[in-house]
Amino acid sequence: MSELLTIDSIHVSYGNIKALKDVSMHVDQGDIVCLIGANGAGKSTLLKAIVGLEPLVEGNISLDGEVIATTQMSGSSRHIKLFRRSGAAGTSSLRTDQIAGLGVALVPEGRRVFADMSVEENLDMGAFLVRDEQLIAKKKEEMYDFFPILGSRRKQKTRSLSGGEQQMMAIARALMSSPRLLLLDEPGLGLAPLIVADIFDKIRIINQEENVTVFLVEQNARMALKASNHGYVMENGRIVLSDKSEKLLADEKVRAAYLGE
Amino acid sequence: MGSISEFFQHLMNGLTLGGIYALIALGYTMVYGILKFINFAHGDILMVGSYIGLFTFNAIRGQQMGIWTIVAFFIAMIAGMLFSAVLGVLIERIAYKPLRRATRLAPLLSAIGVSFILSNTAAWAWGTKSRKLDYPFDNTPFTIGGVAITPHQILILVVVIIMMVSLKLFVDRSRIGKAMRATSLDQDTAKLMGIKADQIIAITFAIGSALAATAGFLIALEIKVYPSMGMMTGLKAFVAAVVGGIGNISGAMLGGILLGLLETFGVALLGIPYGMRDTIAFVALIIILLIKPEGLLGKVEKEKV
Repeated sequence: MSELLTIDSIHVSYGNIKALKDVSMHVDQGDIVCLIGANGAGKSTLLKAIVGLEPLVEGNISLDGEVIATTQMSGSSRHIKLFRRSGAAGTSSLRTDQIAGLGVALVPEGRRVFADMSVEENLDMGAFLVRDEQLIAKKKEEMYDFFPILGSRRKQKTRSLSGGEQQMMAIARALMSSPRLLLLDEPGLGLAPLIVADIFDKIRIINQEENVTVFLVEQNARMALKASNHGYVMENGRIVLSDKSEKLLADEKVRAAYLGE
Repeated sequence: MGSISEFFQHLMNGLTLGGIYALIALGYTMVYGILKFINFAHGDILMVGSYIGLFTFNAIRGQQMGIWTIVAFFIAMIAGMLFSAVLGVLIERIAYKPLRRATRLAPLLSAIGVSFILSNTAAWAWGTKSRKLDYPFDNTPFTIGGVAITPHQILILVVVIIMMVSLKLFVDRSRIGKAMRATSLDQDTAKLMGIKADQIIAITFAIGSALAATAGFLIALEIKVYPSMGMMTGLKAFVAAVVGGIGNISGAMLGGILLGLLETFGVALLGIPYGMRDTIAFVALIIILLIKPEGLLGKVEKEKV
């Protein structure tokens, strides 16, 4: 399998606080990989760095061999450059919208639905880069089939949806662009166990039947490890363990620290 | 004059005035919706648009009043709109965009600076004397059921309604309009959808500035064109945007029209002296801020971290 996402010794800081320290990892084409860790370990920061919402202090991130984020921070430079066309050259970091254009979709933490817009309009936004109206309509129907609850609520404002429904909508919105790489930030957060199980089923189906590479970040280690083939464990901004998910599920330290056993 | 016809007279006057406020308020509210900042140069963009409209109209109108003068008037209006749109986009690029990551006070001060630069440059280049914009048609009022209506008022109402309906359709239905709403709701998530935030911001400035230029050109027929013409009108339209709920497009329309009605009826019915008319807007602002700080149609927003 070839590497779709490669993270090469990246560092990310918030002011003086180092959020990510020398993080390296990769996600293979077609794989489903998870990153587990406690709240505040730096998991969301890693996802934000991948989509260009956090600048790197050191290191590189590549998609399919092409560098999408590096330390020459053209995308977030504080220098005043007027009329600059950023992200055109090969060595500079791409903007978030450009990374989206390469087929990377993030389902952000806390879902971040466009609450004042209807379900249908949210899906339209997910397909912003798809210019073909017929294809958009077809994708929307696919989503309504895949998540029937969304089909029955398509004209409703998203704020009126329950947490689980909003999570499904956020996933459907990300799928509208037919991404190559789907990033999920805590898809189970704050949801009832039955709904979490349902969402993880859907994620597996997306991976297996739609052939979308999945990288998911979770505090719910058991669900995440069961759903994935490979797992990474993050503590205080560092990757401390990496192995096949089934091995991590059996690992003494993981069981004690993350599975409550 | 019967009291009913008097009421409709004030209603007509209030609606036209309110329509103008609404057009200008839309620019404040759209920019605020996306950048969370008040473009205090908005009134001066209106002024520049009015000058460009005036110059264009005088250059192409010809001698005789007729159909051509009306066509020329609209061509001049569009010229003013286009010029202001480009000016608005340039101002954002030069004076606001570099400050987007600075403290919230920085772009605000920059906007006040731009406001002075524009009005002083206009005074230097075109003089401080106000210039008359001639009516492109005979503006003799006609009477319907005891209500005197001028063709100018009809013109304002028609233009305002066309602008508002097209803007509403654009924002609600079009791909870019929806992207504008998405960007105003959550800019980072909008970027995740592949939306270019800079492009959306530029379009927002272009539309807001064009609407302000339209409003400026329409009132120029009555109040003439001068370098500080955008000051008070702009300030009151800003009040209208806040009263309606800043960031909310329907709120700006409602706030503008309410303010126009309030000023007209305040003077006519409540006996507020005409010289005190300008204070009505600010008293309304204070009352709204005390009772409903988020504005009539605004939503309570959690401060983003």
